[in-house]
Amino acid sequence: MELLLLLFLPLVGAIVTSLLKGTAAKVSALGFALLSLCVTIGLLTQFTPDATTQFAVSYPWIQQLGINFHAGIDGISMITVILTNVLMPLIILASFKHEYKNANAFYALILFMQSGLLLVFTALDGFLFYIGWEAALIPIYFICAMWGGKDRIKVNMKFFVYTIAGSLFMLVGLIYLYLQAKSFDINAFYALNLDSYQQGWVFWAFFIAFAIKMPIFPFHTWQPDTYTEAPTTGTMLLSGIMLKMGIYGVIRWLLPIVPQGVNDWICVVMILSVIGIIYASLIAFTQKDAKRLVAYSSIAHVGLISAGIFAMSTQGLQGVMVQMLSHGINVVGLFFVLDIISSRLKTNKIEELGGLAKVAPKLAITFLIIVLGTVALPGTNGFIGEFLLLYGVYNYNMWLGIVAGLTIIFGAVYMLRMYQKVMLGTTNDLTIGFTDIKGTEKIVLYSICALIIVMGVYPKPIMHLSEASVQHLLEQIKLKGLN
Amino acid sequence: MNIIITIAVTAFVVLYAGLFKAKKALLPLTLVGLLVALGFVACSWNDPTTYYGMMRMDNFALAFSAISIVGTFFIFLLTQKYFAEGSDNIAEYFTLILFALSGIVIMVSYQNMSMLFIGLEIMSVSLYILAGIRKLNFASNEASLKYFLMGAFSTGFLLFGITLIYGATGSFDIAVIQQYLIDNVKTISPLFYPGVILVMIGLCFKVGAAPFHFWTPDVYEGSPSLITAFMSTVVKTAGFAAFLRLFAGAFEPLHDFWAPALMVIVIITLCIGNITALYQKNFKRMLAYSSISHAGYLLFSLVVLSANSASNVLVYAAAYTFASIIAFAVLILVKQKVGSDTIDSFNGLGKRNPFAAFALTVAMLSLAGIPLTAGFIGKYVMFLNVMGNYQVALVVIAILNALVGFYYYFKMIIAVWFKEGNETVLDTPFQYKIVLLLSVIVTLLLGVYPDLILNLI
Repeated sequence: MELLLLLFLPLVGAIVTSLLKGTAAKVSALGFALLSLCVTIGLLTQFTPDATTQFAVSYPWIQQLGINFHAGIDGISMITVILTNVLMPLIILASFKHEYKNANAFYALILFMQSGLLLVFTALDGFLFYIGWEAALIPIYFICAMWGGKDRIKVNMKFFVYTIAGSLFMLVGLIYLYLQAKSFDINAFYALNLDSYQQGWVFWAFFIAFAIKMPIFPFHTWQPDTYTEAPTTGTMLLSGIMLKMGIYGVIRWLLPIVPQGVNDWICVVMILSVIGIIYASLIAFTQKDAKRLVAYSSIAHVGLISAGIFAMSTQGLQGVMVQMLSHGINVVGLFFVLDIISSRLKTNKIEELGGLAKVAPKLAITFLIIVLGTVALPGTNGFIGEFLLLYGVYNYNMWLGIVAGLTIIFGAVYMLRMYQKVMLGTTNDLTIGFTDIKGTEKIVLYSICALIIVMGVYPKPIMHLSEASVQHLLEQIKLKGLN
Repeated sequence: MNIIITIAVTAFVVLYAGLFKAKKALLPLTLVGLLVALGFVACSWNDPTTYYGMMRMDNFALAFSAISIVGTFFIFLLTQKYFAEGSDNIAEYFTLILFALSGIVIMVSYQNMSMLFIGLEIMSVSLYILAGIRKLNFASNEASLKYFLMGAFSTGFLLFGITLIYGATGSFDIAVIQQYLIDNVKTISPLFYPGVILVMIGLCFKVGAAPFHFWTPDVYEGSPSLITAFMSTVVKTAGFAAFLRLFAGAFEPLHDFWAPALMVIVIITLCIGNITALYQKNFKRMLAYSSISHAGYLLFSLVVLSANSASNVLVYAAAYTFASIIAFAVLILVKQKVGSDTIDSFNGLGKRNPFAAFALTVAMLSLAGIPLTAGFIGKYVMFLNVMGNYQVALVVIAILNALVGFYYYFKMIIAVWFKEGNETVLDTPFQYKIVLLLSVIVTLLLGVYPDLILNLI
């Protein structure tokens, strides 16, 4: 029942918010996001970190088609639920400085999307998962295409067609599994005994959908444009939370269901992921626009996460768990800082900026912490995740581990160079009039910095949450591999 | 039977009311008549009756009758302010639509092929006149003539096919024909095969499946929008019900023979409908081509026959009908104000009339097949059906087409919400509001809880 509250609270919030106007809509959205956060904390206190599925609900939904409203939370879901509900209030708060027209629709769509995301992260029924998957996509399409930049229509059409193409393939995969299992229940999927040929097909049907969402090279081409053209809130939602849908999908719906298929294609996926890391890093070097640079750095980070998943070891998967949270928090922080800069100076071009640290010391400090978290400095949240991920990849294959390890060096180079050019040096005519952060900006950035440091120094509670579930997952895969 | 009688009597009453210039009474009379007919549908539920071996009112027939009657009801509601230009023949309009509806009820309930023909003709002849009811409008005349010629042509095919089948089996009764096929598996008369193909062609003409679709765009564009709405929703649904009754019933034992031919038709229909719709600048024409592609999806249920074929068609047809009614209602509103039905004339509708824009968005999402709308459930059951038979090629083609569909339906959403248009406010007449609201509710309700309709037949 608590779970239903968690899932439907944002939906109720969306309906309420859509009926309000202007500032009231903003406040109501924030209120509902905070309420969701409270519910999450409530769930967390009742949650026992073992491998079981907790708070499970199961109601018959479309009986004729064997579909149930079956959802529940285990350690892996818990991490993503925390991610969603911690970031949502921050993202909404971060948008307070902007005056969006039709604010009620804007915030209602965000809350609607939150419901969809939570549904994805808790669904234990294939059909329900798919519904959540699409229910998260439609609002973000409208957010980006309605309130985005100049090229928003064309760019978002590309984004939409890409993702929907992926999800249609996934739908075919789901229907195929349903026809085999005669049920959409995830446990029935787990119990299936498909041969390696069938598993290969199902693997690709799912993998393409997830790879587009993450995105993994070469399915990433929609991402930089969409991130750049979207309103900052949209970018944060996309990069902070939405791409975790793909990662979560792989862990929950790909590895345990078709382990043989994964095993057959693991090599290809690993190489694609590592190529993505190097390729995105190299392109990030050459970017003139800071927002694009962060977009490409996100591809590089996700490449490492995906390599870590497919390494299929406890360390790798635990790294994925931590890194999902860290990346979400850090990337939201980065985009928010860039939004602060661009909303005051009307530019994100690295060349045109400089010396901001002198006029805005608070921004400089917080930005530095976020950048250091992103480049995985020990003592920040990025370090734990990347270290575990690299450890996992290294165990899978030494050479891949070494190449993937370059991401840390590359990341440090382009991120710190960006920081240097934007924040340090001398002020110019444009940046001299820059004012430091205040009000809601302070709250958001300070919270993000606090999260970065706390998670970096004391990651144990997080890792403890998911450990048993990750172990269980790997055992499940091993068991199925033996059959 | 009482359903048909009610509708026909209503038609005559309305005609006479028109004769006595009781203009105000026309719409209430019609609506009451339709409600009574709907009541009879509800009364005869789960009580299949056969009338003299000619018609059989089983749940299949009743469910499709109900959808047709509700669809017609909505279309009648849309007549508010539609005839403002002082036309005198409103009663004829109403009567003809009601006659067409009674033909449709026969088409969905026939037990005898002669009734199929009679029902089809009652419907078609009414539609020929309706398409050309704007006597002074060039496009309307063209539409009527084209529709008549093509319709007559296809009826010829149908009749020829029926004759051959009669020659082979000695009966018009579809139960007897089915029994003949089961009894003589090895010795089916060679006359039978061309008969089946000819009947198939005749029906494909009627439902607008490619390559027999050439009349649809011109007829849809030329006819008055209200009539187009009627043709592309209610008439189409009835065509499929007729198709299903014959091919999933009587000809079912010969499935292996006609399914490959139908599969080719499905693939052509999907591709032509979708790809041509992509290039349309006119919303009405786009809807015409999209209706062709939906015919393709609907035929999926015949390519792979299963116990659920009928309910799949019912779900899909319901989803398609309500979404199309929204689309045409908004089209009529925009056309009355702007005077054009190009996609550009919808620019900025989100500002001019947020409610109509929202309804249109739901309709487009449903037609495109986005989850939580009825259209998704419709497409989903079709995919499920085809996947169940491992027709992988067909599934891949269907998916590619669904993608193309997303593109052009979203073109409308983009025009409505993201493009700047003129700012003149567009108000919605009261009855339009009701139709839009109800259709949106039905579309979302069926999308969230399709069990309501999935269990019906």
